Amino acid sequence: MPTEIERVFREEYGRAVAVLVRVLGDIDLAEEAVQDAFAEAVKRWPDAGAPPSPAGWIITTARNRAIDRLRREAARADKHAQAALLHAQEDEPYEEGPVRDDRLRLIFTCCHPSLAPAARVALTLRLLGGLTTAEIARAFLVPEPTMAQRLVRAKRKIRDAGIPYRVPREADLPDRLRGVLAVLYLVFNEGYAASAGSELVRDDLCDEAVRLGRLLVELMPDEPEAVGLLALMLLTASRRPARTGAGGTLVPLAEQDRSRWDRALIAEGQELVRRCLRRGRPGPYQIQAAINAVHSDAAVAAETDWRQIVRLYDQLMALAPSSVVALNRAVAVAETEGPEPALALVDALAGDLDTYYVLHAVRADLLRRLGRAGEAAEAYQRAAGLTENAAERAYLTARI
Amino acid sequence: MKQYMLSIIQPDGPEPAPEVLEPIMKNLDALNKEIREAGAWVFAAGLFPPDTATVVRRQGDELLTTDGPYAEGKEHLGGFTIIQAPDLDAALEWGRKYADVLGLPIEVRPMHHGTC
Repeated sequence: MPTEIERVFREEYGRAVAVLVRVLGDIDLAEEAVQDAFAEAVKRWPDAGAPPSPAGWIITTARNRAIDRLRREAARADKHAQAALLHAQEDEPYEEGPVRDDRLRLIFTCCHPSLAPAARVALTLRLLGGLTTAEIARAFLVPEPTMAQRLVRAKRKIRDAGIPYRVPREADLPDRLRGVLAVLYLVFNEGYAASAGSELVRDDLCDEAVRLGRLLVELMPDEPEAVGLLALMLLTASRRPARTGAGGTLVPLAEQDRSRWDRALIAEGQELVRRCLRRGRPGPYQIQAAINAVHSDAAVAAETDWRQIVRLYDQLMALAPSSVVALNRAVAVAETEGPEPALALVDALAGDLDTYYVLHAVRADLLRRLGRAGEAAEAYQRAAGLTENAAERAYLTARI
Repeated sequence: MKQYMLSIIQPDGPEPAPEVLEPIMKNLDALNKEIREAGAWVFAAGLFPPDTATVVRRQGDELLTTDGPYAEGKEHLGGFTIIQAPDLDAALEWGRKYADVLGLPIEVRPMHHGTC
């Protein structure tokens, strides 16, 4: 039974908070009410059994509890409670249905551009993912009081600055959606290649990002970039089992045991890539997903269609040029045209990306392939000194 | 409705030449008119340069008066508009229009008792 409650908590916490934020007009009150309702569930469900619609039960219970409490506080002339009570009573009763999903509004509130990026990530994980402050703090390697303060300040800004609880209007949507996708991708990447710490992969963050990505696609099925991001995350996540070797060491793409890739995730990701590319509105996430789909197609590394990958990187450079994309393109060029021309491309980027460890790791590999062992060792050394992730550092140091 | 202060952050130094300033002021007038017509305008003011400012502060039992401005820096508050708006998105929309017309950063900040 506790596992049933845990499952409901994982799946429905965000929906319940989102509905209650609308009903109560206040994030703190909403969180409190939903936590009360889950506490009630822990007491009741083991004996009485879970209700037929657990989510509906949680939301109704949370709403009733909150209104009861607000009535008591309002009676003591608490202005804040009186206002919230008025708000709650004006609202129509909760109905389940896809017509108005409050989670979408909550996502846009959490990812509002007037909040600092770190606060957007923390709020999204807290309010939509139901992660505790301690869990988020651990995931981002900051002390718990720091994370708690970050969340308090963000919630205060939402309230005091009047950040609306609403899906942006059509004209602002593309911009605002990009912001939401960036938050999800940041969560995923922090999970997949933790920027610091001893574990290479933090599975919980990857899973959460994928879960929220699925939710976004369910809520905005006509946004090809949302579909593209989900596909990108699924295809990247499919390689998780092969990405770390014994003792948590890093195994690069070319050396991975591809039989350990998650076939179900690959099939789902590839289907999504096809689905969004058919719409003919390509975007950076869709193209990155397509590049990963090409990798997933190759049964062994040698069968990789690098020409196709270079073409996709050309398209990505045309849509969203950046030095990091150019670096990745150079890696593909090394396979189609050899390490020499690729090294020239990488060296041209050294000014922009001098403190980016991947640049030095790529340079090191190209120099090694060109037989320039001394320079390669130097570059590996440089790369190892620039990453904070212990597994990546161990991999690079081993190559010196 | 909430009230927001839209602060215009101006670089210190001489005013731009009239031929630069004139079209900007024309657009600014049009924007101010638009804000009034939308019913969002509450109050606005332009300020003299920061070297005309004076700072008064208490130090122990004494009240000290010094040549201002308070904050060091190369930019200062050049003027502000108080608007009323239903939420931050609406306020930011006006802020964007000011930034576009003036070519200067605009700080949009909610006012405490700004509910009206």
